[in-house]
Amino acid sequence: MIAPGTRVRVRDDWPETRGPCHIRTPHYLRGETGTVTRHLGDFPNPEDLAFDRPAPRLPLYHVQFDIRRLWADGTPGADLLVEVFEPWLEVTS
Amino acid sequence: MTLLETDSGRLLAALRGLLAEKGITDRAEIAERIAVTDAATPERGAAMVAKAWVDPGFRALMLADGAQAAESLGIPMRGMPPLGVLENTPDLHHLVVCTLCSCYPRAVLGYPPFWFKSTSYRARAVRDPEGVLAEWGTVLPASATIRVVDSTADYRWMVLPMRPEGTDGWSEERLAALVREGDMIGVTVPQLA
Repeated sequence: MIAPGTRVRVRDDWPETRGPCHIRTPHYLRGETGTVTRHLGDFPNPEDLAFDRPAPRLPLYHVQFDIRRLWADGTPGADLLVEVFEPWLEVTS
Repeated sequence: MTLLETDSGRLLAALRGLLAEKGITDRAEIAERIAVTDAATPERGAAMVAKAWVDPGFRALMLADGAQAAESLGIPMRGMPPLGVLENTPDLHHLVVCTLCSCYPRAVLGYPPFWFKSTSYRARAVRDPEGVLAEWGTVLPASATIRVVDSTADYRWMVLPMRPEGTDGWSEERLAALVREGDMIGVTVPQLA
């Protein structure tokens, strides 16, 4: 389990270049760093559910990102909360 | 003829036929679920917001577990994803988007408005929320920062807006009538007419 306040990097991985898949991690976050704010619960992995495979329950987190760090012309001071599953997160701190 | 060229009405009829044939569901259950979906409108969310404005206990429940709060008002939540409620304050304004598709708290807000599903809103809300709010004519307190919530997975999110000034002593019904769909997505804020 990743504790609130932990800095994490979203894996810079692109499974969609390797074949059919279903991913709930947006493109714009791959390789970006944010902060875990909350464990939202454990949910069946949508990447398996979409293909009717057995879907283990995975921890789902709210991760906070600084919009200006994602886009140079993003709204200054604004931040972004996104639901991200644990296998997509690498702890950096 | 490919699947993409096939008439969608024929595809739907074939799918319904297969589901019935395999005993997974029947016409009556499909009709019942359609009726449940059609019955959900933003008035449900507005009733929750108004109650939260006058009842601190309900407000606490709604922020802790939106689905349980909805059910306590008789809103059917069976089979629905968890409902998260985002509280706006003078310092923090929430804006909800689903960049991947059109995830939306249908049980309490009904069908998503057409613009919520547009690629333009989905692309811009996460990048230039200030510009999006300005186009809606939404003015935030000078102290407010914007928090965008991208609804990417298993939760559905609605905004609990701030109660407008000048509504002291109003009944729940009168307060609920102030709350619009956009106020609970965060593109607008409730205002006196």
